[in-house]
Amino acid sequence: MADFDFNVIWSSLPFLWQGLQLSLWLTFLSIIGGIVLGTLLALARLSGILPLSLIAATYVNLIRSVPLILVIFWFYFLVPLVLGRPIGSFYSALIAFVLFEAAYYSEIMRAGIQSVKRGQIHAGQSTGLNYWQIQRYVVLPQAFRNMIPILVTQGIILFQDTSLVFVVSLRDFMTASSIVARTEGRLVEMYLFAAVVYFVICFSGSMLVRSLKSRMST
Amino acid sequence: MISIENISKWYGDFRVLSNCTTSVRKGEVVVVCGPSGSGKSTLIKCVNGLEPVQEGKITVDGDEVTAKRANLTALRSRIGMVFQHFELYPHMSVLENLCLAQEKVLGRGRKEAVVRAEKLLTRVGMEDHAKKYPSQLSGGQQQRIAIARSLAMDPIAMLFDEPTSALDPEMIKEVLDVMIELAQEGMTMMVVTHEMGFARKVADRVIFMDEGAIVEDRPTNDFFDNPESERAEDFLSKILGH
Ligand SMILES: Nc1ncnc2c1ncn2[C@@H]1O[C@H](COP(=O)(O)OP(=O)(O)O)[C@@H](O)[C@H]1O
Ligand SMILES: [Mg+2]
Repeated sequence: MADFDFNVIWSSLPFLWQGLQLSLWLTFLSIIGGIVLGTLLALARLSGILPLSLIAATYVNLIRSVPLILVIFWFYFLVPLVLGRPIGSFYSALIAFVLFEAAYYSEIMRAGIQSVKRGQIHAGQSTGLNYWQIQRYVVLPQAFRNMIPILVTQGIILFQDTSLVFVVSLRDFMTASSIVARTEGRLVEMYLFAAVVYFVICFSGSMLVRSLKSRMST
Repeated sequence: MISIENISKWYGDFRVLSNCTTSVRKGEVVVVCGPSGSGKSTLIKCVNGLEPVQEGKITVDGDEVTAKRANLTALRSRIGMVFQHFELYPHMSVLENLCLAQEKVLGRGRKEAVVRAEKLLTRVGMEDHAKKYPSQLSGGQQQRIAIARSLAMDPIAMLFDEPTSALDPEMIKEVLDVMIELAQEGMTMMVVTHEMGFARKVADRVIFMDEGAIVEDRPTNDFFDNPESERAEDFLSKILGH
């Protein structure tokens, strides 16, 4: 124990904080984008319009059978080719996360939409609301509310997954910790610290999920 | 007002409705009764096109509900419907429940919708509960709100599907009172119910269904005093508790 030097953490805090900000910002934007796109996919899948639901189902199944790290790579190399100019690692990573997470969020939203009772749809229909109005004002708000705990859980997984962006040389919290660990030669301290930070954030998330669940069941 | 001509409906191989024919004139109150599973809910859901039929024709106020190109949303906005389990929107306040379709379907402005909503809440005795959420209200209160929500659309007819059968006994009366008042004001109503007191009091006719068919369709007093079929007689003696 005597060899441990935790001062290294203190002195590199600003650098680590920058990394953490990137991780959190990427998580936040990906959750928003993933839920929006995922909801659209879920609606397409349940629309009863065969080509639409087929496209959505294919997309979801395709994405869910490739590893995230591959998708991140793809977009890093693909997007500049398509657009004809580089857009930077952050945006290519963000696009990859949104497209990837949307597949998972769409499955969650699909379950949420199906959890809304049929009678609610009948009530909307009987007052003359059309299909999209019923989805927008009656079904989706309830689906979303029913699924909040699972959506947050998926967000925690997403946060952990942001550590993969090192492959496109983005400096997220994990990457920042590794850099400090290697340049200062304090591997044990830094990786211990990183673990603690991830644990605190994810554990708070789980506690939030738990309290949301118990509040919803009353 | 409502005309049902020879409709039949199947769920797969199962025939839920067979050759049902009846009509409801303007201002008439018709009670539909019959054993559970006899197709009562299905029949009234067909009237506003919530369920499609495979054979036959239904028209409401001259518009054909069963037409291929029927404008169902426009049609439905003119027919109110009240459900067994109320089906208020749980994520909206009482006031929002009453305003949503007024604004989105009828295109009423916020102010107009609120004025109409408040008037109807007063009418069903719920004016003090506009800001509450459905989960804060009793079943009887929720059903009165559901009736008000339908009335806010100024419907030309109202459909009720067992509006009191999910209620505790002490709340049945407050809902029936609202419905009786509505009937006496001349609303055209088709009511699935087992409340025979209500039927005797306000129904012009009673339809008795069994196994998807309309077995009897007669003036209220005739139905109660001498039911023609054995099945109706059986049903009545069970439900009236002898
Ligand atoms: N969506 C459905 N799919 C298959 N069968 C159904 C469906 N809805 C109702 N049924 C069947 O149709 C019959 C009539 O149902 P319903 O109209 O609800 O009867 P009631 O309202 O008189 O109790 C019942 O046997 C029921 O099981
Ligand atoms: Mg029924």
